[in-house]
Amino acid sequence: MTDANRASAGDARDPQARGTSAARPRTLFDKIWDAHVVAQPDGAPTVLYVDLHLVHEVTSPQAFSGLRERGLRVRRPDKTVATMDHSTPTRPGGLAIADDQARAQVRQLERNCAEFGIKLHELGSAGHGIVHVIGPELGLTQPGKTIVCGDSHTSTHGAFGALAFGIGTSEVEHVLATQCLLQRRPKTMRVTFDGRPAAGVTAKDLILALIAELGVGGATGHVLEYAGEAIRALDMDGRMTVCNMSIEAGARAGMIAPDDTTFAYLAGRAHAPSSMAWDRAVDAWRTLVTDDGAVFDRELRIDASQIEPMITWGTNPGHGIGISQQVPDPAAATDPGVRAALESALHYTQVAAGHSLIGTKVDVVFVGSCTNSRISDLRAAAQIVFGRHVAPGVRMLVVPGSAAIKAAAEAEGLDRVFLDAGAEWREPGCSMCIAMNGDQLAPGQLAVSTSNRNFEGRQGRGSRTLLASPLTAAAAAVTGCVTDPRTLAPLGDRRFA
Amino acid sequence: MTAPRFTQLTSRTVAILDNDIDTDQIIPARYLKGTDKAGLADALFADWRTRPGFPIGTPAAAGAQILIAGHNFACGSSREHAPWALVAGGFRAVISTSFADIFRGNALKNGLVPVVVPPAVHAALTQARAADPALEVTIDLAAQQLRVPGAPATPFTVDAFARRCLLDGVDELGFLLQHLPEIEAYERRR
Repeated sequence: MTDANRASAGDARDPQARGTSAARPRTLFDKIWDAHVVAQPDGAPTVLYVDLHLVHEVTSPQAFSGLRERGLRVRRPDKTVATMDHSTPTRPGGLAIADDQARAQVRQLERNCAEFGIKLHELGSAGHGIVHVIGPELGLTQPGKTIVCGDSHTSTHGAFGALAFGIGTSEVEHVLATQCLLQRRPKTMRVTFDGRPAAGVTAKDLILALIAELGVGGATGHVLEYAGEAIRALDMDGRMTVCNMSIEAGARAGMIAPDDTTFAYLAGRAHAPSSMAWDRAVDAWRTLVTDDGAVFDRELRIDASQIEPMITWGTNPGHGIGISQQVPDPAAATDPGVRAALESALHYTQVAAGHSLIGTKVDVVFVGSCTNSRISDLRAAAQIVFGRHVAPGVRMLVVPGSAAIKAAAEAEGLDRVFLDAGAEWREPGCSMCIAMNGDQLAPGQLAVSTSNRNFEGRQGRGSRTLLASPLTAAAAAVTGCVTDPRTLAPLGDRRFA
Repeated sequence: MTAPRFTQLTSRTVAILDNDIDTDQIIPARYLKGTDKAGLADALFADWRTRPGFPIGTPAAAGAQILIAGHNFACGSSREHAPWALVAGGFRAVISTSFADIFRGNALKNGLVPVVVPPAVHAALTQARAADPALEVTIDLAAQQLRVPGAPATPFTVDAFARRCLLDGVDELGFLLQHLPEIEAYERRR
């Protein structure tokens, strides 16, 4: 666990490395990158070492087939962990996979893991859940690690001060075979959230506000480091929500320097260092901060106190507005390209330009996904739902991110809060975020969703998605329309925070 | 393993000029349940094929190997099914003003060349294509030039290593495996 504060021998050979002198201030990103440089071949990208490779059923089968064709083994099965989440059902009490193709894909993952000696957290097991939920929960995700997965939301793990990013299936095969990747060094951008958000404004609102500011391609080529008072004040669940959506601004990764909040979360987790090793690990982890004077390629500051609950109106995550603000009016756009893009998005979502979304009738509310399915998210939603009922004609799905979260929520009685209110309490999985598992909207239906993407058809063909926080989603569920959650005071004396 | 190769390509084009086209549009998630790379041609832009005038799958677009796309092409999901579907649909190159990072890497590993051009060149190309939909465009990876009849050649840059792999047929995993001694040495010194 000392790799993070020990410059590797490869460091000095890396012509792209900025931190060749120990005295030179380095960013958090620099420190982790430099410590994972295996080789810097002439004319080629860096050979970068991977500490943890997470695998799921959708983006891995072709990689395992590639290994077989070449007669290769998985080089470090001990650094490889698999789960099944995307195409698996979340139907309460029934884990049989109805879809033949999805069942075959899951069976293939089981065969691949058995053949290549990889630990698999299968459906129904205690460690099962969404890949980006179980990594941290099992203590596999740790500060200073490089973590990859064939999934763009791998950026989630950066919340622990890890360098974590999504890769394609060819790269999954590369990591399986060598435990390394060929990578060009990305640029860096620090995003500082000054001040404290107001009550009712969550981590989800911070990240949606940032993406609205940057646009969906605004951070392309960069690794983001989130800093500032508002980030420090977040619990680990909130930090994961922020880092999770880094990709939605086009960023390669997002990360937050570890601190006592991080260490308290990790202490005692199954794969976290224990006893003596723990103290040494924490000492090393404390060095994983951006040095004073370290230079980022870009800097951005945001006043967190000015952010209100956010909601999206269009067809990408950059289409976010404060809940009291008006949906942009294409007629007001001077650039014809901008106007056409606004018109196209509004034509799809069928929301009214120039008006607030408040009062817009919703069909479905989804609380879940690798963005917002953790215990804090469920408690936040429960606080709004408690003492109220899901509005007539609205379907509310609550999908915990893992078996462990489901058990913890049930121990607190959150399942009863949701069920008593008329919501569905389901088994863990990606569910309606990706709609390849039976959980989906009907064409034309409108959802307020705590997931990460409002792309056309993302929640089923013809689906319309408004992204928001668990508070805003729960407020929509109990009122039947888009509602500012700050207008719904908690009922009764039960507090879920 | 046979590594994909690319030297030079002259072809008609297809234009899908929306900005921020995400990989969920290129291939919707319901087509990701397979276990091999083949058979994705019909999944390419499956949900946009009902749009009036949408070119993919029409006789007019048949045989075109170059896609002209709007800014920030292929953002979103890391699914390599996106370049697999584009290649299955006959495409060998995409011209845009910007590509999402993960897609760019995935595309190059599948012999699909992402060509980044300045906005003015993109606009001129789009206009030329509108005037002559059968316009043939040349992408020369060796010279890193985009050539359009009647216009000066436009330089573009592809990652030097990816370019060498495509020009010489270098297998990236094979290259990485040559570094196993250094990987083992790295593991020993940690």
